[in-house]
This record gives sequence, C-alpha cells and structure tokens, in this order.
Amino acid sequence: MKLGLVVDLDTCVGCNACAVACKQWNTSGTTGPLTDLEPYGKDPTGVWFNRIRNYELGDYPENKTVHFPMSCMHCEDAACVTVCPTGASYKREEDGIVLVDQDKCMGCNLCAWACPYGARELDPEEGVMKKCTLCVDRIYDEALPEDERQPACVMTCPAHARFFGDFDDPNSEVSRLSRERGGEHLMPELGYKPVNTYLPPRNKTNIPTYKNETNPIEKVKDWVNRLVAR
Amino acid sequence: MHPAFSVIFFTVTSGAGYGLIAITAIYSAFDFSQPMTGEQTLLLSAVALVLITSGLISSTFHLANPKNAWRAFSRVRTSWLAREGLLAILFYPIVMLYVYLVWRGVDASNSTAMTALALLTGVWAIVTVFSTGMIYASLKTIRQWNNALTPVNYISLGLMLGGLLFSLLLSLSGDVSANLTMVASYMVVIAATIKIVYFFWIGAPAGPTINTATSFTSRTVRLLDVGHTAGTFLTDEFGYQVARDRLVALRWVAMVLGFILPSLIVWFGLGEGDNTLMLAAAVISAFAGVAVERWLFFAEARHVVNLYHGAQQC
Repeated sequence: MKLGLVVDLDTCVGCNACAVACKQWNTSGTTGPLTDLEPYGKDPTGVWFNRIRNYELGDYPENKTVHFPMSCMHCEDAACVTVCPTGASYKREEDGIVLVDQDKCMGCNLCAWACPYGARELDPEEGVMKKCTLCVDRIYDEALPEDERQPACVMTCPAHARFFGDFDDPNSEVSRLSRERGGEHLMPELGYKPVNTYLPPRNKTNIPTYKNETNPIEKVKDWVNRLVAR
Repeated sequence: MHPAFSVIFFTVTSGAGYGLIAITAIYSAFDFSQPMTGEQTLLLSAVALVLITSGLISSTFHLANPKNAWRAFSRVRTSWLAREGLLAILFYPIVMLYVYLVWRGVDASNSTAMTALALLTGVWAIVTVFSTGMIYASLKTIRQWNNALTPVNYISLGLMLGGLLFSLLLSLSGDVSANLTMVASYMVVIAATIKIVYFFWIGAPAGPTINTATSFTSRTVRLLDVGHTAGTFLTDEFGYQVARDRLVALRWVAMVLGFILPSLIVWFGLGEGDNTLMLAAAVISAFAGVAVERWLFFAEARHVVNLYHGAQQC
C-alpha cells in the first residue's frame, strides 16, 4: 500500500479547518501533545502538522488566489528517514507512512533540515521531532465506523478538497483523481518521490473587468458618474 | 539556516583537533629531518584530544533530547551523522593506543606496526572530518551545502588550523624549523583557495524555485500570506537571513582573519630566533577567521522550505 493524500487546489477555500482538526486529533494522539508556546501571549507559536499558505497565481487580470495546505508528503524515498542517526524516523513497509518514534528521537533537527516541505517541527518542550502521522491512530481503528477511518483533515474539510487513499491501487479515488485532474507532486526535482498530489485549479473563463470607454461621449458620462458618486 | 553556536564551536574546534592529530600522527610516522621527541608528540596529541573532546561535548548541546544521544550510532548504513558519531567514538581507542605507545617510548618511524598505527590514526581523523562535512553536503534541500566542496572545505580548514597549531606547539616545546612553518602557511593558501572557489560556486542561483515548490511551473507565483502571525519552528530554524552587504563584509573578515593575516604573519614574521609569539598571533587570527567562516557557512545557506515562506528561489 502507498497511502497518501490528494489536495484539490481548485476547491480549497483556505479555511484552515484541516489544520485545526489535525491539531485537535493529534494533540491527544500517538505523537501528542502538539505543544503550544505562549498560546495567549504576544507571539504564539507551536507545533502544527498541517500549515496553509496563500498564493497569488499569474498576473492581473489573469490572476488567481490559491490556498495551499501542506503536510507530510510521506515520500517514497524519504530523506528524513535516510539522515536520521538514531532510527527514530522510519517508513512503514506495509503502508508507506513516515513516522517518528518519540522514544528514540534525540532532537538533532537533521530530519527537518533534510525535509524540503517543512513537514517536521521540533517540539521544544519535549525535545523531539513531530510530524503528520496520516492519522495512523484513526485509519486503522476498528472501533470507528468504516467511513470515519480517514485522517482528521480529510474528514473535516468542508470544501471536500482533501482525499485519502491508496496510490498503489489504480482504481482508488486518489489514483483516479490524480490521473484525471493531472495531480502534481511538489519539488519533484529533489527526487524524494512525494506521495501526496495536488490537483491544479480548473481553467475558468475570466470575469470581464471594467475598461474605460474610448468613445468621447462615454468618457464624459464616465467622468460625470465619478463626479456624482463623490 | 540559523547559525547555532554549539555547532559552530563543535565544527571549528574538533576540526582543528582532528587536523592537529592527523598531522602529528602522520608526521611522526616518517623519519623527517626534524623528528619530534616523544614528549612533543604527547603534548600535541593531548592538545588535539582536548580540542576534539570539547568540540564533541559542545555538539551535544545542539540536541533537544540528549538523553537519546547514545542511539545516534545505530543507523551508520544510511546516516552521515551516525557515521560521524561512530567514527568519532571509535577514534578514541585508536588514538589512545597510539598515545600510550608513544608514552612507552615506541618510535613510530622505526617500528612498522607503530608506523601503521600512526597512519591509521591520521587517516581516521581526516575521515571523521570528512563525515562531518558530509552531514551537510548530503542535504539536497540546501543548495549551498549540497556540493563536493563542503567536505573538502571542512578537511582543508581542519588541516590548516591543525598545521598552524602544530608549528606553534612545536615552537612552544622546543624549536620548529622554518620549513615546517612554511608548509603550514601553504595549507592556509590551499584552504583559502578552496573557500574562494566555494564562494563563487554558491553565487549563482540554481536551486528549486517557488514554481516547482507549488507545482505551478508556467505562471508567476507570489506568496500572499504565510498563514501565521508569529514565528514558527520553520521560520526560526530556516528563515535566518542577513543583509547581503553584511554577508559580503563578513566574507572579507573571514578571508582577512582566516587566511590573509596568518599567511602574512608567517611570511614576514618568520625569523631566526623564537617564533612562538608570531605563531600564536597567526593561530589566534586563523581561529577567529574560521569561526566567522563557519558562521557564514550557516548564515548563507538557504533551505528550500523558504520557498513556502515567500522566497522565489533558493
């Protein structure tokens, strides 16, 4: 199995619900707590497995805002695991999930240095590295109803922009979506073979933008309109 | 990259220590015109071991959870950090045996077994410094480090500091020939050349861009909002940035203190009598320069995660 996520950049609205749901689930999960420092202070900071950035694509008027959630890509060739000296970082053979054994980590930061995606964050209180677990403590929990055995971020996404599944199965939803919508990997040139894919925004017709009329009468009307409005 | 004091101190100090012991051991293995006495070999080895050990202890201050440091030797098959740790630990029994035999009066240039042990000690020290450099060179996420010059720099700077210390300590404990001191100054020239090539090598932007980082390779991409109001682990660790003109100024400081001044001191200060003071000045200047160089090594490195915090290219 090659478990991973698909993020639909077309429908993501950047609401940060995935990040909050992730924090809520995982802070009491196997790698919890997700320590916060100065949560009510001037510069609140803390451990998050999921961060959302907002980008502007293209130039005006052909521009677009894209919300960009990022968590661990669960790379097939995970450099964070290669560089780990203690064996705390490991990649599960059965499903490809990359995890940190909290009991073995010595907090040297080298895995975070090796990760291009910023997926790993050091917990300064516990002194160990923490990262997305793909909700390994959810997706195999037989006490949960079957349709809830998904990562918390996928479950909560109100825009249905996140999908979870097995990329090794060509008929799974994630494989089909990646194939049909042209799912992309991030920074493939580094060769870490990230598993998660990002579906590009669909092409939509441009909304017509206001242009100044060239007709002299229209120009005068335009000028009067602006004058009256003021 | 955030320049952590513990790592700068570790790489400079233990690099110099390994350089010193490498030169001492290899020098003692051959019958040169000015052989070292047993006492001199012991003094040089002791200083090298103090430098190495204080550096290694300092490196553990970089760990957020040092109680698990003993596990760091378990992944030598893949991790350069584990290799470096293992090489550094296994170096101790080898160098201790070498020092013990020197103390017992065995002359390395006479006995074949002792020559072999001295050479092993020297080569092991250099390989350890190489593996320190490879920790950084193996990271594809940092273009400035991910090249062959990184480990070469670590080795050449270690040997350079070791060479200057070698001359100084020989001078302190007796006499050092002008030829040996000149060889030390040639090491400074070689190390300076490699460092200058490195500065040119990392000059041209060549790494991943914001486009490949976001998969939008055919359009301009600009960061609108990074998503957090205060700093994060990622911005603290990787977002460290210094103004361009300050970096250039510090490069000059490193070049002058690290290479130009020590060379000039040796070339113009080398006299007939006691050169200890002159060599001490060269050593102090070189250490200060290499410390600035090591600080720059971190401060100039740009991790690709900065592409998600607004950088257009790393």
